Amino acid sequence: MSSAMIELILEATLDTLYMVAVSGVISALVGIPLGVLLYVTRPRQILAEPVLNRVLGAITNIGRSIPFIILMVAIIPLTRMLVGSSIGTNAASVPLTIAAIPFVARLVEGALNEIPPGLVEAAQSMGATPWQIITKVLVPEARGGIFTALTVTAVTLVSYSAMAGAVGGGGLGDLGIRYGYNRFNPTIMLITVVILVVMVQGFQSLGDYLVRKSDHK
Amino acid sequence: MIRLHDVSKTYYPKGRSDGTSAVTALKHANLHVPKGEIHGVIGLSGAGKSTLIRCVNLLERPTTGSVTVDGQELTALSGAALNQARHRIGMIFQHFNLLTSRTVFANVALPLELMGMKRTEIRERVMPLLDLVGLADKADQYPAQLSGGQKQRVAIARALASRPKVLLCDEATSALDPHTTGSILELLRDINQRLGLTILLITHEMEVVKSICHRVSLISDGELVEEAEVGDFFTAPGTQLGRDFLNDFLELEPPQALIERLEETPSPTSHPVVRLAFSGDAVSTPLISRLARECGVDVSILQAKVESIQERTLGLMIAELMGPAEKTREALDYLESHDLQVEVLGHVQRDD
Repeated sequence: MSSAMIELILEATLDTLYMVAVSGVISALVGIPLGVLLYVTRPRQILAEPVLNRVLGAITNIGRSIPFIILMVAIIPLTRMLVGSSIGTNAASVPLTIAAIPFVARLVEGALNEIPPGLVEAAQSMGATPWQIITKVLVPEARGGIFTALTVTAVTLVSYSAMAGAVGGGGLGDLGIRYGYNRFNPTIMLITVVILVVMVQGFQSLGDYLVRKSDHK
Repeated sequence: MIRLHDVSKTYYPKGRSDGTSAVTALKHANLHVPKGEIHGVIGLSGAGKSTLIRCVNLLERPTTGSVTVDGQELTALSGAALNQARHRIGMIFQHFNLLTSRTVFANVALPLELMGMKRTEIRERVMPLLDLVGLADKADQYPAQLSGGQKQRVAIARALASRPKVLLCDEATSALDPHTTGSILELLRDINQRLGLTILLITHEMEVVKSICHRVSLISDGELVEEAEVGDFFTAPGTQLGRDFLNDFLELEPPQALIERLEETPSPTSHPVVRLAFSGDAVSTPLISRLARECGVDVSILQAKVESIQERTLGLMIAELMGPAEKTREALDYLESHDLQVEVLGHVQRDD
């Protein structure tokens, strides 16, 4: 294999990691608070706001029900507005982030739902404010579940980012399509797949480690 | 210290407030617990115990009525003022409700963090509390590494951290084995005496009431139906439910064979079967032999038990009074005149 080829593979790998990192971090920063909000505004919860909860829930569901490949094309005007282009890794990161936010939010909401209600009640009996309950009880108690959610999200983002490659997003997916598929180079195809597998394994192991470390149950 | 005035709590099912399927969990409850007292509320599951205790710190806001703790009407407060007031009310739970993500130390520190106390002050406050509950060596462990009794000790230390005036115990020993229950009750009594803490507890176990409570209320179907000093309650419950609780606790029921023979109305050929409860001086008086001598009836003891309830001794007996009808009538009057609780369970036909 030529050194140019190796460089191409290396670059594509870094592009994929870049897209996953950018969309992963932003979707975590938005998705975790959104998940918390979805949970605490439920009826009979500490900040019960049934109307807000239903609106947020509906938006989240819409976000989750649009197939990623369609979302990617549909929001091209927004992508152009945000990053000035509709191709490249930065452009691909926009739909990836938007697809991941509701995904993270629902998983975080699910993680919070696992916390025994008695813990919140105990905090309330100590005179905790809703904000204190969120920061000192809900989020710390759900830490393991939140790490699990982020791991699942990172793995999903790896495969979504490969899809983004198909429409000019760059990264391993792009490499696999252009060199492996269009130019019928099975070696390149195999290498991209192997790298993706290793990447997913890596994210999963890191996630498992963090979950284990934060779990004292 | 704690005063509930005409407190009711009605739950309206989701989306319907027209009252068609409303459930009233607490009906016009009045309760007063003076400073330094341990007050127990006993009742069957579903009787409204949990609702009652949750109304005291407004985890459940009463539908009507007022709750006053330490001179402050909580039902008039909301938001920040209520949270402030809750710092002075500790609470422990059946399932401990410790945070699994925090060490023992950090769990006890939690209420102090919520109050905005400084780190160094927290440390000074937490360690003596862990000493008090005997878990100073477990400060850096996580709750999952502790036994049930140890978890409840941590929960007690946590409840005491903000130096409350009142401690609420929600079935605090119900998830523990009898031996551990004993040691937790010991600790609660110790805290009550040492710190002068007022304790309100709810339970379904007479053992808990017997061993630490000063006064007891009986709750049934959302209503407080009886209230008494513990000694009085155990010698002479005023309601049928009270008697049922006592009999279950003492396991003093007539033998099954006898129950089957019991008749409600006396006849010339039957003997009364009575349940006698005596306390105080009556315990040491040889009543049975006097009964035989002075009234001329024979007494057949079917079951008997002597219990020590706090500082009082309580004797219980199920006996058949054998003799002619007028003599047994006389005997019953004699017993009643001697400060005994006499309950005629029924009548049995003579064997002869």
